[in-house]
Amino acid sequence: MKAQSIARRVACAGLALAVTGGAAACSKTSSSPSASSGGSQGGGGGTYTVWDPYPQFDGSSDWSKLLDKCGSDAGVSIKRTGYDTSDLTNKELLAAQQGNSPDVLIVDNPVVSTLADAGVLTDTGQTSLDTSGISPNLLAAGQLAGKTYGIPIGANTLALYYNKAVLAAAGVDIASVKDWPSLTAALAKVKAAGKKGITFSAIGTEEGSFQFLPWFWGSGANLTKLDSSQAASALSLWTDWLKKGYAPNSVINNTQTTSWQEFATGQYAFSENGTWQLANAKKAGFDYGIIPIPAMSGGTAAAPTGGEFVTIPVQSKTDRYATTQKLVACLTSADNAYATDTTLSYIGATQAVQTKQAASPDLKPWVDAVAAAKGRTSDNLGTKYPKISQPLWTAMQAALSGSASPASALGTAQSAAAAATK
Amino acid sequence: MSTLTQTPAPRRPSGRWAGWAFLAPVTVYLVAFYAYPMYRNIDLSLRHYTVRSFVDGDAPFTGLANYSKVFSDPTFAPALEHTLIFTFVSLFFQFWIGMGLAVFFSKHFRLSATLRALFLVPWLLPLIVSASTWSWMLNSDSGVVNHALHAFGIAPVDWLTSPTWSLASVIVANIWIGIPFNLVVLYSGLQAVPADVYEAAALDGASAWQRFWKITFPLLRPVSAITLLLGLVYTLKVFDIIWIMTKGGPAGSSTTFATWSYRLGFGNLLPEFGPGAAVGNLLVVMALAFGLIYIRAQRKQQVA
Repeated sequence: MKAQSIARRVACAGLALAVTGGAAACSKTSSSPSASSGGSQGGGGGTYTVWDPYPQFDGSSDWSKLLDKCGSDAGVSIKRTGYDTSDLTNKELLAAQQGNSPDVLIVDNPVVSTLADAGVLTDTGQTSLDTSGISPNLLAAGQLAGKTYGIPIGANTLALYYNKAVLAAAGVDIASVKDWPSLTAALAKVKAAGKKGITFSAIGTEEGSFQFLPWFWGSGANLTKLDSSQAASALSLWTDWLKKGYAPNSVINNTQTTSWQEFATGQYAFSENGTWQLANAKKAGFDYGIIPIPAMSGGTAAAPTGGEFVTIPVQSKTDRYATTQKLVACLTSADNAYATDTTLSYIGATQAVQTKQAASPDLKPWVDAVAAAKGRTSDNLGTKYPKISQPLWTAMQAALSGSASPASALGTAQSAAAAATK
Repeated sequence: MSTLTQTPAPRRPSGRWAGWAFLAPVTVYLVAFYAYPMYRNIDLSLRHYTVRSFVDGDAPFTGLANYSKVFSDPTFAPALEHTLIFTFVSLFFQFWIGMGLAVFFSKHFRLSATLRALFLVPWLLPLIVSASTWSWMLNSDSGVVNHALHAFGIAPVDWLTSPTWSLASVIVANIWIGIPFNLVVLYSGLQAVPADVYEAAALDGASAWQRFWKITFPLLRPVSAITLLLGLVYTLKVFDIIWIMTKGGPAGSSTTFATWSYRLGFGNLLPEFGPGAAVGNLLVVMALAFGLIYIRAQRKQQVA
């Protein structure tokens, strides 16, 4: 779940009118990756294509070098393309339609079940990928009807960053923040001391649902029943924070990046944000700490897992899978995954990598948070998740902006979700 | 060329072939870039696409099911209302502010050319820049607009995050972006009005107000009509400003057909291409209807 680039979306603006008219024209011009391989020579040689959502990494990055190294170990050359994460799903759907999917696709985890359901991805049985070392709670996001469709390259999740100076000035002991009432009490003290309480992202996209889920799950609510009283109490928590001025009104339009920028001003006590802000936190210029997001009546709430899966799309030439499997095994092997996860600021998906990371005090809270985290598409929701998530963020926006009460907004959401997943 | 210039016998077959040859490039262009995408979009809106059938290309034909889904969607009525309000309020202010500025700049004074050039800036800026700047200025907590209001003792307004203000905010930004276009077209129209008409009117003692309503405005009517029509087509499909500033929210309060179509097709984890295309087609029909009204009005004028 990275910050989504608006620029990309705007680039697509022209397509909004002719939804696939333009898209169809795009796909015509794209060259076929499979064809460019010049025929695989029995698994040796040839070019293998990799698509990933890391456009921030150029050819000289460690990530690119790792790909090249894995390629040369397998005796093939690698052609890598980095796409914006919000673009990648549609790119892959079009490629699959044209029969020229990449050999390796690295894709955001909630999308895996959708692509798998569309018959775009191979399952690990077909390609004999080994998933035994992967933490089950992380692997679950890539599982559908008993089959596994990829390997997580790493995971990130959400926790609460706090500003030590702001809390000290307000006389709040962070150890006292254990559940929702104590967190709200802490926010009240911070506000009384003239500082600002908490920022998060409640934007009307998947990003907003992602941020709301720890509270939603922490109340004991379940995604299959959006209008439960627990769900209403989670939404009321946020709504009351806004009403009382503990959270700024701008959260309604905040992305996780803009909400971080607010926290980085040093005025806020708390920020709900992800593992990927760790590098920025070190640059923020104030002392910070991290606690897991508390559940309603104490304990750690399950936060949703972010991060990508390494998947192998279906190819017409099935003899390519053997080499592709070697590439994926290389990318996800403990040492390589550790290096990749460090660059991406992710937590490893295997016990081996997690143990190594837990040794660092910076990462320790995140390793714990990831252990408690839960995939959005888990609980066998799979492809239903997107149809539930949209009504959920709509309800969130309606309640926060005051156009409906939390309970009635969630009631509307449940009927919309029920109709969509029927 | 030679076959065309010296054609005493116009029925000669080679002449006809040359005619087709000259027609071919534009026909190919129109078919490839207008007719085919349009056909695809209509086709898309008449089929039930799921992610799987999109990949396999065997989406079943469902007739007008996507359209009835769109019409019965609770988003439909508000989106239609917002589209119309957005379009007509934007057009009204863009046109009259543009007109005022055009008349103002038609009086040549010192620095008028420089000032006029400066007014073009909103047009030249990439929309991502101007929309991001607006959304920063209108931010509830750190925006410069609320800062200024505070200086006058006015309570902060949640420009982009309250359902009552979000549509107004995107309209204001869109008006600002649209003024230069109206200014430029109307200004060039004003250049075509002969100066001696004004001189004669001034001699007859017409006031400035009368000169505008009795000379400028009637003589500018054809230019105004085309300005408004082009503005209408542009404004109907405005997407980027709204998407960047509010994403159509909060709670759908600034959703127009353009943002709704995008959200259906691209804005969710699970794309709904069929209904997305249906909404897009409704926009095309709306623009077409106004285009036809324009052509009719123009014909009437020519007859009169």
